[in-house]
Amino acid sequence: MVRPTDIRVPDYFHKVVDCQWACPAHTPVPEYIRLIAAGRYADAYMVNWTSNVFPGVLGRTCDRPCEPACRRGRVEENNGASPEPVAICRLKRVAADNKGDIAARLPRPDKPNGKRIACVGAGPASLTVARDLAPLGYDVTVFDGEAKAGGFIRTQIPRFRLPESVIDEETGYILGLGVKFRAGERIASLKSLLAQGYDAVFIGCGAPRGRDLDLPGRHEAAANIHIGIDWLASVSFGHIEKIGRRVIVLGGGNTAMDCCRSARRLGGDDVKVLVRSGFDEMKASPWEKEDAQHEGIPILDYHVPKAFLHEGGKLVGMTFERVRAQRDERGRRQLVPTGEPDVTVDCDDVLIAVGQENAFPWIERDSGIVFDEWNMPVVDKATFQSSLANVFFGGDAAFGPKNIIWAVAHGHDAAISIDKLLNGEDVGERPAPMVHLLSQKMGIHEWSYDNEISPDDRYKVPWAPSEKTLGNIKVEVELGFDTLTALKETQRCLNCDVQTVFTDKVCIECDACVDICPMDCISFTPNAEEAELRTQLTAPALNLAQDLYVSGELKTSRVMVKDEDVCLHCGLCAERCPTGAWDMHKYLIEMTHAGPGCRSKGACREAA
Amino acid sequence: MTFIAKPKLHHPTLPQNALCFTRRDYEGKISTLCAGCGHDSISAAIIQACWELNVEPHRLAKLSGIGCSSKTPDYFLGQSHGFNTVHGRMPSVLTGANLANRELLYLGVSGDGDSASIGIGQFVHAIRRGVNMTYIVENNGVYGLTKGQFSATADQGSTSKRGVVNADSPIDLVGLALQLGATYVGRSFSGDKAQLVPLIKGAIAHRGAAFLDVISPCVAFNNHAGSTKSYEYVRAHNDAVNRMDVIPEREEIAVDYAAGETIEVEQHDGSRLRLHKLDPDYDPRNRIAAMNYVQQHQALGEVVTGLLYVDAEAEDLHTHLKTSAKPFNQMQAAELSPGAGALLKINASFR
Repeated sequence: MVRPTDIRVPDYFHKVVDCQWACPAHTPVPEYIRLIAAGRYADAYMVNWTSNVFPGVLGRTCDRPCEPACRRGRVEENNGASPEPVAICRLKRVAADNKGDIAARLPRPDKPNGKRIACVGAGPASLTVARDLAPLGYDVTVFDGEAKAGGFIRTQIPRFRLPESVIDEETGYILGLGVKFRAGERIASLKSLLAQGYDAVFIGCGAPRGRDLDLPGRHEAAANIHIGIDWLASVSFGHIEKIGRRVIVLGGGNTAMDCCRSARRLGGDDVKVLVRSGFDEMKASPWEKEDAQHEGIPILDYHVPKAFLHEGGKLVGMTFERVRAQRDERGRRQLVPTGEPDVTVDCDDVLIAVGQENAFPWIERDSGIVFDEWNMPVVDKATFQSSLANVFFGGDAAFGPKNIIWAVAHGHDAAISIDKLLNGEDVGERPAPMVHLLSQKMGIHEWSYDNEISPDDRYKVPWAPSEKTLGNIKVEVELGFDTLTALKETQRCLNCDVQTVFTDKVCIECDACVDICPMDCISFTPNAEEAELRTQLTAPALNLAQDLYVSGELKTSRVMVKDEDVCLHCGLCAERCPTGAWDMHKYLIEMTHAGPGCRSKGACREAA
Repeated sequence: MTFIAKPKLHHPTLPQNALCFTRRDYEGKISTLCAGCGHDSISAAIIQACWELNVEPHRLAKLSGIGCSSKTPDYFLGQSHGFNTVHGRMPSVLTGANLANRELLYLGVSGDGDSASIGIGQFVHAIRRGVNMTYIVENNGVYGLTKGQFSATADQGSTSKRGVVNADSPIDLVGLALQLGATYVGRSFSGDKAQLVPLIKGAIAHRGAAFLDVISPCVAFNNHAGSTKSYEYVRAHNDAVNRMDVIPEREEIAVDYAAGETIEVEQHDGSRLRLHKLDPDYDPRNRIAAMNYVQQHQALGEVVTGLLYVDAEAEDLHTHLKTSAKPFNQMQAAELSPGAGALLKINASFR
């Protein structure tokens, strides 16, 4: 027997908002999409800014874990030729592009509380810590070896994907909160930094070392073999402006995609990506692969690099072994040689983008930071605290390379830890989120959200003409949605945060909701174990990742079971319900950030 | 009533029938009835039954009169033929349509006002003539469109929403249908689709006058304590005599019940009605016994539901009248109007 669902547990409805649940920073996606639909771009921007700090940057470059999670991609399945999620990421950009001046909405720093924080590195993790702590009165100093803030946002992401003005603007908002930025100061010793008496240190120095490939010929042909992330940084700073005509990019991640597209713009008219794994298993996001192919860059999979070929000290090509994927007896995927002859590809330059690694040469091993067997600092997964109580790690520096949105999420959590630590609280005690649940009923058939479901397919973001973009690495490829197209795209959002809330006491079991539900989500059935219950519904509940909403026992001793999986949140169940047993409630969950709200109740009262 | 149209998106696993239609393809326009109306559940049951029976939408005609119930044909089978008659005249129009073209399936949808009051004369004659049809009365015991006066099927002693006691005797449409010679008679409840859908399927497959009295609570005016047509009252007093499965022709028997627990009735189209007995003594093939049983249990305050009577050997109006098997719309002018000579011959035969 399944027990009645306790909707008071914040996670229950949070999971229904698939996009927000999937977002590491838990950005309230449907909330800001509605604001964009209403033309309230600045409000939409601020919802984003509060939760993910870099809406303009992320609106162009985010890894978008929200989109594969989007319910739209599930409900369009078998209903259209190509089920596609809402273009959440590009809608975020619309908010950023059209917001106007938001300076007045930024927080003003509280009076100084006398506590000093050092952030190592000026990437997204450190800047998030600074953003969260500076307004509370902390004296935050950010150190970075480069001249400008942004970290990998600035050095790794090519300008044709992210104009520098956007980076300047959004890092500027943070540095403008009274944060001290010590540019060009690369920290060389943790010990000496600790000796400067900071109350807490946050290490967000990224994973700065690109992996190399030690193959025959690597040394001899070194002049034309480049480590991808270093090469991208040099391009970004303008140190490199040219590359050979024929370029091989090794690797299948997003860095490889940035490398090949950059090379294409710097003189490479025959650029190829060669990758060990199969095309579908590549780490790069599907849209980044598409973008590369769209620019005429072939991606050759199942090619394992074997040697660099050189003549007279000059690189002339590479040889590759052909492999295929095969499952071993334990079901693990393995690459085995096909036995075909090796492939030789001629080239002038090679970019190696086969991963990156952490490196902490500046942290003395006797500084008190404990390192594990992989030479990574031991960091608590929830608090981001290291073995030194006042030293915290976040972003790629904490658990290896991820992406911007994860770095932001780490930054928020580390900021909470620092705030609690410096207020004498238990860092391990994490704050609950702030949850609002409010009926959206405005009249008999009137809701305060637009419940009509748009049948439209996903809209494509327009691109600048390729003869223009391929000629200049600084010309942004994507033009962003115009506001009219953006409005149409917002209508594809299903408002998954407007929840179907069921009150069993008033249900008369008239079946009206079952009959009207377009997705056959609702059933009235005898209770059973969950596995059995999932099979005896109006439509089988096959997606085990999605919960069943089960009511208490009804008058006929049955229960109401709603499969959350493909609910359109259209509210027809609530419109058809004669007794108000169904109602549509907007569920707004906001993560608690550093500040009085994150502290335990006792401390709150004291502060008041 | 809802303001937005039902979205076209559907469940990814929504099955198709033999005609490659999904259940959603048998839907009609969005209902304008009150939220929670039993009639909407009956519409959903009709949709389900037609989908399961692989009914070709263009081979079905839905006819109705006036009233909440008679609005419902707009809300299902949007691709079928329809005729909305004047109040209470649906049975006559249906009879006429049936005489003109026996190749369609006829579905008459009516209410207790339309059939038991203004149209009762039409109702009784369509039944007694054995018109091949499915006649569904969506019976809620009140006039919902005029704000809840008692209808002719309201039980004596039941109260209106405002507390007025009904002094008149009710018309029992099931009793009438049995007495008048309907050859397939059932009663069900809008809140029990497991029972209702097979009853509708059996009725559509039946040749002859099939009558279903479906109790359908009016949530706006007849769902209170004191009503005998409320969700709660019907659930508490429901006496189901059997559960039915409709087994299409040539389909093998899936479940074996012990002997004596089931009755199988083969209909003229080869499909079989398998009745799983809930009351061991009830035999729906005996009309007199059915009438007695329904009356006895009604007197005890019970609402007898299930397939109450079926005559699988039934004949219909066309057999009685020896009419043409060919629909009028397939005949040419010469056949339809054979001329004065033919008329003279006919007249002469009566002299």
